[in-house]
Amino acid sequence: MTPASTELAQERPRVAVWKFSSCDGCQLTLLDCEDELLTVAERVELAYFLEAGAVGDGGKGLYDLSLVEGSITTPGDLDRIQDVRRRSTRLVTIGACASAGGIQALRNFTEVEQFLGIVYAQPQFISTLEESTAISDHVEVDFELRGCPIDKNQLLEVIAAFTNGRPPAIPGHSVCVECKLRGNVCVTVAQGVPCLGPVTHAGCGALCPTYHRGCYGCFGPSETANVAGVAVELRRHGMDEHEIELAMHTFNTWSPELRDYPPSAPTPTGEQP
Amino acid sequence: MTHRSPASRTLKVDALARVEGEGAMYIEVRDGRLHDVQLRIYEPPRFFEAFLRGRRYTEPPDITARICGICPVAYQMSACLAIEDACGVTIDGPLHDLRRLLYCGEWIESHTLHLYLLHAPDFLGYSNAIDLAADHRDLVTAGLDLKKVGNEILEVVGGRAIHPVNVKVGGFYRVPTRKDLAPLAERLRGALDTAMNTVAWVAGFDFPEVGHELELAALCHPDEYTMMGGRFRSTRGLDIAADEFTDHVIENQVEHSTALHAHLLERGEYLVGPMARFALSHALLGPEALAAASDAGLEPGERNPFRSIIVRAVEIVQACSEALRIIENYERPDAPAVEVVPRAGVGFGWTEAPRGMLWHRYELDAEGTIVDALIVPPTSQNQPAIEHDLYHFVEGHLDLDDIELGLRCEQTIRNYDPCISCATHFLDVTVSRT
Repeated sequence: MTPASTELAQERPRVAVWKFSSCDGCQLTLLDCEDELLTVAERVELAYFLEAGAVGDGGKGLYDLSLVEGSITTPGDLDRIQDVRRRSTRLVTIGACASAGGIQALRNFTEVEQFLGIVYAQPQFISTLEESTAISDHVEVDFELRGCPIDKNQLLEVIAAFTNGRPPAIPGHSVCVECKLRGNVCVTVAQGVPCLGPVTHAGCGALCPTYHRGCYGCFGPSETANVAGVAVELRRHGMDEHEIELAMHTFNTWSPELRDYPPSAPTPTGEQP
Repeated sequence: MTHRSPASRTLKVDALARVEGEGAMYIEVRDGRLHDVQLRIYEPPRFFEAFLRGRRYTEPPDITARICGICPVAYQMSACLAIEDACGVTIDGPLHDLRRLLYCGEWIESHTLHLYLLHAPDFLGYSNAIDLAADHRDLVTAGLDLKKVGNEILEVVGGRAIHPVNVKVGGFYRVPTRKDLAPLAERLRGALDTAMNTVAWVAGFDFPEVGHELELAALCHPDEYTMMGGRFRSTRGLDIAADEFTDHVIENQVEHSTALHAHLLERGEYLVGPMARFALSHALLGPEALAAASDAGLEPGERNPFRSIIVRAVEIVQACSEALRIIENYERPDAPAVEVVPRAGVGFGWTEAPRGMLWHRYELDAEGTIVDALIVPPTSQNQPAIEHDLYHFVEGHLDLDDIELGLRCEQTIRNYDPCISCATHFLDVTVSRT
């Protein structure tokens, strides 16, 4: 390993971006900060960021902040995430894959061999784990930034906060609060549209309701999410049990609040648990 | 990586930079002769086709968008077309135009990202755009602003740039007003100038004298430079409809890659993407793009993969002028979407993602539950052709040392703008010389 003390003593904090199983959309969010990217690159050293061509020390250095995209899905990932953790003073996961296992965690509910057989003629060539899991299932994580994809202003806030040694100002409330802040009329109350907003983590600015659509939960569960409670509301607004189950199991399906839905002993319909 | 060019060697590039996704390259030289070139895609499999089974017919636009954060609209559009086909619905008129506007946003964003941030540094001797910006800040700033215009279209029409929320089977959740689109028109006029200047700029790069004989294939439509639908035609006479695709294209699994390899039956490798579109449909480009291509000396017979950067720049001009035309003629549709009632059947849909044709097929039951899903992304179609191109490049440059050879191979691969997260990713180069 490179000599830590001299490297870290340099003026600009060293930032690395790592990819595991994902669509690349969350790291692309950094390149989508068109107005801020060059300023960010002056304030911090983008020491390792393959997608942007910053090969630097080949990922073999030490970093003040690591941004980790993607979930753990292969035997190789298990070792690599430990190595990333050892090289990083702070480690922040970006997005639903890294924070909750992503949509590819839908495999966790079945035998992965079945999935392999559907996609590949010769499954024996493919190396994969039974489950797609969040980074925090394997190493200590300093902060999880939510979203599928993450929001670019929240990403800039996280980079600024962690490279300046302060906690990030990322609220943990639900999308409902964002609708109120934005002055949206509630799509469920006014139009009867089923919406996951009451249990979904804020961060998108209530995009779906603004576009006359119920929130589909891509930021994952908010703090103290009452999942069983919102299921009652969804049922009341016309979704059947199967549709509710599908709605709970998308991009954050393996988050602790959602993975056991529906609970084995269902709550009586119409009653708030 | 080793630093020699002996008669026998193995060159291994372990992590390709400036491509989207994860992959590696392996080159084996025995007794001074090239023995093998493999593009190893090690993006972990994510099993979309498997877990789409049992989902509702309304879900693929949101779910398949997550295959690729760089071209989510391509996935959304191909999925919508395929499901609408299964349900016997055709979307045309203003809703089709609005889809095309959204797609223009993705072409501008994706092409500009590749051109300015990933590809141009190769020609200018920089390892990345951040270093390029240190010497040429205005240039990179102009590129970023052009890219941003693409994202602004995606945000206004789609709700956000990555994984837009406003797309649904049958149309949109909410359609913009003329007033919503007006600021975009203003921005696009400036973007069109930047895009024209970009064509002139990249046309002046130094290009190695290389070419290939590969078959080029793209969607073709009688009266538009095709983004969605149409027939899949090639420079050697292939001419098929979406439901005939698997009769002509076979996907093989190879041991070194999690992306499947596609070949044309009894014809072999073929290439999709900007060079193919330009070769087959350049006469249908708008006047601005035609003029830019002509000034750049670009001919439909262009086969130098390094000059694909000029074709991408021309397509940015095309997407800007097309977006502008759609906005100027826009009349807000009466309803944001057409109702799509599920029925049992099979549907096919294909569109031109920035990096080439993307094909979807869904089988639905009578209630609209997905029974089977099949997706062929552009990078699995291009991977055999990229390997073919690499093979010929390496064969002619065995005198280079491993470092230089590795760098030049990476450039060769970047010519194709491979999106490895969609093929499912890239680069690690290994050269074995024994």
